[in-house]
Amino acid sequence: MSDVTHGLDLAVRQRAPIALDAALECAPGELTALVGPSGSGKTTLLRVIAGLDRPQQGHVRCAGHTWLDAREGIDLSPQRRRVGLVFQSYALFPHLSALDNVAVALSHLPPGQRGERACALLEQVHLSGLEGRLPDELSGGQQQRVAVARALARDPAVLLLDEPFSAVDQVTRGKLQRELARLRERLKIPVVLVTHDLDEARLLADRIVIIHRGTTLQSGTPDQVLLRPCSGDVARLVDLPNVFEGTVSALGPDGTLHLRWRGYTLEVRSDGGFRPGERVDWVVPSRFVILHRRDKPSRGEHENPVGGVCTECTMLGDNALVSIDVDADVDASLSFGVPAHVARRNGLAPGVEVRVSLLAEGIHLMPGKR
Amino acid sequence: MDWEALSLSLRLGAWTTVILIPSGILLARVLAWRRFPGRGAVEALVALPLVLPPTVLGYYLLAAFGGGSAFGRGYQALFGSPLAFSFEGLLLASLVFNLPFAIQPMQRAFAGIAPELREAAWCSGLSRWQAFRRVELPLAFPGVLSAAVLTFAHTLGEFGVVLMVGGNLPGQTKTIAIAIYDRVQAFDDAGAALMSATLVLISFAAIVAIHGLTGRRDRVRV
Repeated sequence: MSDVTHGLDLAVRQRAPIALDAALECAPGELTALVGPSGSGKTTLLRVIAGLDRPQQGHVRCAGHTWLDAREGIDLSPQRRRVGLVFQSYALFPHLSALDNVAVALSHLPPGQRGERACALLEQVHLSGLEGRLPDELSGGQQQRVAVARALARDPAVLLLDEPFSAVDQVTRGKLQRELARLRERLKIPVVLVTHDLDEARLLADRIVIIHRGTTLQSGTPDQVLLRPCSGDVARLVDLPNVFEGTVSALGPDGTLHLRWRGYTLEVRSDGGFRPGERVDWVVPSRFVILHRRDKPSRGEHENPVGGVCTECTMLGDNALVSIDVDADVDASLSFGVPAHVARRNGLAPGVEVRVSLLAEGIHLMPGKR
Repeated sequence: MDWEALSLSLRLGAWTTVILIPSGILLARVLAWRRFPGRGAVEALVALPLVLPPTVLGYYLLAAFGGGSAFGRGYQALFGSPLAFSFEGLLLASLVFNLPFAIQPMQRAFAGIAPELREAAWCSGLSRWQAFRRVELPLAFPGVLSAAVLTFAHTLGEFGVVLMVGGNLPGQTKTIAIAIYDRVQAFDDAGAALMSATLVLISFAAIVAIHGLTGRRDRVRV
């Protein structure tokens, strides 16, 4: 549970200009990734935290201070909120050197100390020696580091990062991500990272918040959100393959239940709370789809066996990405991966009949749409 | 050489620039960043002196300054002297006919500043005034400088409006442009040539100064 008293706590609602119905918590030292597709309201939420946008209803509290409370009429300006914000475009001041870009944000210190502190901050982001460079004379990665140093200069109560790795090449991205991971170990403040990259979120975040059309749909650890999404919508947003609809047919002993899907009855380790006859969305992550080997049948084949026709077998390095249409139905396409040599040995190719098992422990049920 | 006319023109140019640029910055920023009803009309009004014949503009200003208008009568009641055919009247006219030369370059300059830069300044703890002074103004400076030099040079050269509003009173309203016209009328070609050459030199120097100063800043920013 988040340490709301000292961390960041936000709940906002508005209808226009962008509909918002969002809640977010982030404890000190925790990194929360705000994930959603383009236009889902991620950046708007960051701007609300920073005081650059004002929602119609709700509150923003951070480090024990109320920054926004629409009901009480409290709305502190960005200057009074102590936020460190790294813009997607970095928004460095183009006429100021790297050092001055950082020193500008040190107005809380006596003028004599600002230069020294700015140098220390630049050193912290590995930019010693480049203090005198203008932003245009720095690479994308170096610009991003200056932006991070400037955001930290104010000794912020929360660090906000708006897609900070989107404008750099992949090698630089990996390097900057590692630097952020190291940096956040030292930071004792909440960090909110906006991204549309799930891998990035999984890599860096303690907590992922899924946002879609201005509404936060689920908040949890990366495993909770990515393996046990709370709804079919979240499952699709986090790009899980193999999301289907089914009906709970019977409750079994030991928390198992039976799921009717097409002509099959699948055994599922129940998450609880489902009743017989209830329509549900269900998902089975790729790694819980097991190929039946032609040469060597195994006992595992009795677990939720399903048959279909292979529609795709794409070699990606040492692995093969396989899709099958269950019962040759295009609306029931199952995807999974197998080692490339397994695909070859089993003669996987479009048109070939394939049988797989859906492991009961990997099947996750979600309340269906009414 | 009519030194009195040259001095009057320089004084008029300086006052116009000193008054118009700071107030113009406010209007230019609003036009660059805010969307409000009537914005198009304000922009059109600002641009109007560019397309109106100077005599038309001069006529309306003269009518507004005269005793026939409430504005003219109010000014006279307040200051005890009429606005028409006075230096103050000329200055007011100069502020009006220089509006597009001052506002448009600055509006373009402010519009070219990404909104995130202002927001980044606020998030860095800078007040709105500090953000203006340390971020907006330095970035818009080439536009502000262009506006100042264009306003000053254009004031020196304006003829039609000045003649209509100010007449030709030595030391009061007789600017160098009027003095040149006067010399030509009096068949003093040498005097007209000297003063014309002086105006050409001042205007040329002003344009070189704009290019030099803004060019140097651009190089620094690259």
